[in-house]
Amino acid sequence: MGMTMTEKILAAHAGLSEVHAGDLIEAKLDLVLGNDVTTPVAVKVFEEAGFTRVFDREKIAIVLDHYTPCKDIKSAQLCKTARDFARKHGITHFYDVGKAGIEHALLPEQGIVAPGELIIGADSHTCTYGALGAFSTGVGSTDMAAGMATGKNWFKVPAAIRVELKGKLPPMVSGKDLILHLIGLIGVDGALYKSLEFTGEGVAALSMDDRFTIANMAIEAGGKNGIFPVDEVTLAYEQGRVSRDFTVYAADPDAVYERTVTIDLDTLEPTVSLPHLPSNTRRVSEVAGMPIDQVVIGSCTNGRISDLRIAAEILKGKQVAEGIRCIVIPATQQVYLQCVAEGLAEIFVRSGCVFSTPTCGPCLGGHMGCMCEGERAVSTTNRNFIGRMGHTASEVILASPATAAASALAGCVADPRAL
Amino acid sequence: MFTGTVYKFGDNIDTDVIIPARYLNNPDPAALASHCMEDIDASFAGKVQPGDIMVGGWNFGCGSSREHAPIAIRASGVRCVIAASFARIFYRNAINIGFPILECPEAAQAIQNGDRVSVDFDTGLITDETTGAVFHAAAFPPFIKGIIAKGGLLPYLKAELEEKKED
Repeated sequence: MGMTMTEKILAAHAGLSEVHAGDLIEAKLDLVLGNDVTTPVAVKVFEEAGFTRVFDREKIAIVLDHYTPCKDIKSAQLCKTARDFARKHGITHFYDVGKAGIEHALLPEQGIVAPGELIIGADSHTCTYGALGAFSTGVGSTDMAAGMATGKNWFKVPAAIRVELKGKLPPMVSGKDLILHLIGLIGVDGALYKSLEFTGEGVAALSMDDRFTIANMAIEAGGKNGIFPVDEVTLAYEQGRVSRDFTVYAADPDAVYERTVTIDLDTLEPTVSLPHLPSNTRRVSEVAGMPIDQVVIGSCTNGRISDLRIAAEILKGKQVAEGIRCIVIPATQQVYLQCVAEGLAEIFVRSGCVFSTPTCGPCLGGHMGCMCEGERAVSTTNRNFIGRMGHTASEVILASPATAAASALAGCVADPRAL
Repeated sequence: MFTGTVYKFGDNIDTDVIIPARYLNNPDPAALASHCMEDIDASFAGKVQPGDIMVGGWNFGCGSSREHAPIAIRASGVRCVIAASFARIFYRNAINIGFPILECPEAAQAIQNGDRVSVDFDTGLITDETTGAVFHAAAFPPFIKGIIAKGGLLPYLKAELEEKKED
C-alpha cells in the first residue's frame, strides 16, 4: 500500500518502513518550537517533572513574538522565564526582541526548518512549514516540554485529504484567497485530525510566500498539517538558507486519500471570512461596502515581503481613508529591512499607516491594535473568533493583503480589482 | 466514576472563548479559571462547582494551541469534558495534562444543560441521571490511558525513564 508524503516523513522519523493512517507511533523530532506565551508553561512542566537537561540545544527554537516588545509587566515576566531557560540550557535558536520576528515567518527565513523534517511547535500555526515539504504540527506546552526533554513524541498518523490545484491565480488573487476559499468549502473541522496534501499542476505557479500562507491556515480547517510537494520553487528558496542535508519525500502514486478536493485557481476571486468563523467565507464582491474602523496587514499568515509589496503597490501615492486606522507589521526584522530598502516603509507611512516592529500583537488581541465594542477590522490574520482582536462585540474580517490595502483606502470592505 | 451537573455549550467552542488571549499573560491556573468561558458566558466562572461536567458540540477547543484552555477548564472545577468531537491540539493537551475528556456525539447531543450526569472514565460509560439515557464513548488506547493514569505526559515519561534505569 502506498504512502502519502506525510506518512513517509512520519515513517522515516519513527524508524519504520511503512506507517498508515490510524497508527500510533513514536517519532524523533528535528525541531521543537515555543513562544513567549507557551514556553513558560512548558518550562514549568519540564522542571516540575524533574528534567534538568534538554535533548539537543540546537534542535529547540524559542521565539519571543506574541506580546513583544512586552506590553505589560506580566508579559515581561513570561519573556524573562523563557529567556532564563534559553540561557540556562544554551538554546541555539533563541530569538529575543531585536533579532526576533513572528516565529512562522522567521524559522523558514533563517533556514531553521527544511524539507522532510519533523517539527512540533507550541503554537497552532506551526503547520506553516508544510509549505517546505516538512511535517510540522502545532502542539501544546506539555508536548513542547516532552519534546525538549526526550527529542521524541507520540503521533497518530493522520488520514489525508488531497487538494488538487489546477490553473493559475488571477491578478489580485493570492494564496490567502485560496485557503479561505478551501476552508469555506470544507468547514472549520473539514480536515479535523487529518493532513491536507496539496498537489496538482497548479502548485508550480504558487510562490513560496503563497504556499506559507496556505499551509499556515491548514489548522483553521482543523488540519493536523498541510503539506506541499518539494519542487524548484522550494529548492530555490532553500538555496543559501539551509546548508545541512535534507530529504525530499514524495507521495506514492497509489497513496491512499480519504477524499479529493479540486480547486481551479483561475476561477478564484478575492475572498473574505466574515465573523466569527474562518469558514464563513464570501467573495469580496458580495460584501464590498461593509463599514470598517481598522485594517491590519501582517501576522504569521501574511507578513512576508510579497504580502507587503502588494499592499504597498495598492497604497502608493494614496491616503488611508478618513477614520480608518491602518496597521502594517512586517513579520521579521529581515522583512522590515527589506521594506525600508525597497521604499515600502515610506509608502506606508506617507499613506497614513503605522509601520510597526515585528509582533503577533493585534492578531490575538494582545496589543498594537485592540478594538473596543462595536468596532470592525479587515485583517490579513488567521482567526476571526469572538473577541479575537479585542472586545467580544468587535469583529474581524479575514482577507488578503490586497483586499486589506484596498479596504484601507476605501474605508470599507473593498475589492482590490476595482481600484 | 463521578457525577456532576452539566454546563452545555455549542459547536466550534474555540480556545479564544475558553480563555481569551488577553489573560494569557498570567498562566497561573487559578487566574485562568477566573476568566474561563468569560466571552460566551460571563457568569460561568462564578457558578461552576467542583465536579461539574462540561459538554460541547463538534470541534470543541478549536483554534490556538494554548494549553491554558484545558488548564483553565480543569482549574475552574470541571471534572471532565464530553463533546461530539475535539479539535486535535485541545485533545492532545487535555490528555497530556491528565485531564479526562470523552468523545461521544450521541451524548453531546442528548444531554441538556443542568442535567446530572455520571461518567465512568475506565469504561467510557456516560449516564444521564436526569433522563436515564446511557451512552458509550470510545475507550482510549492503553498508551493514552497510561498517560492519564500517571497524571500527564511528563510524569508518564519520567516514570518510563526511571523504570529503564532500574532494569
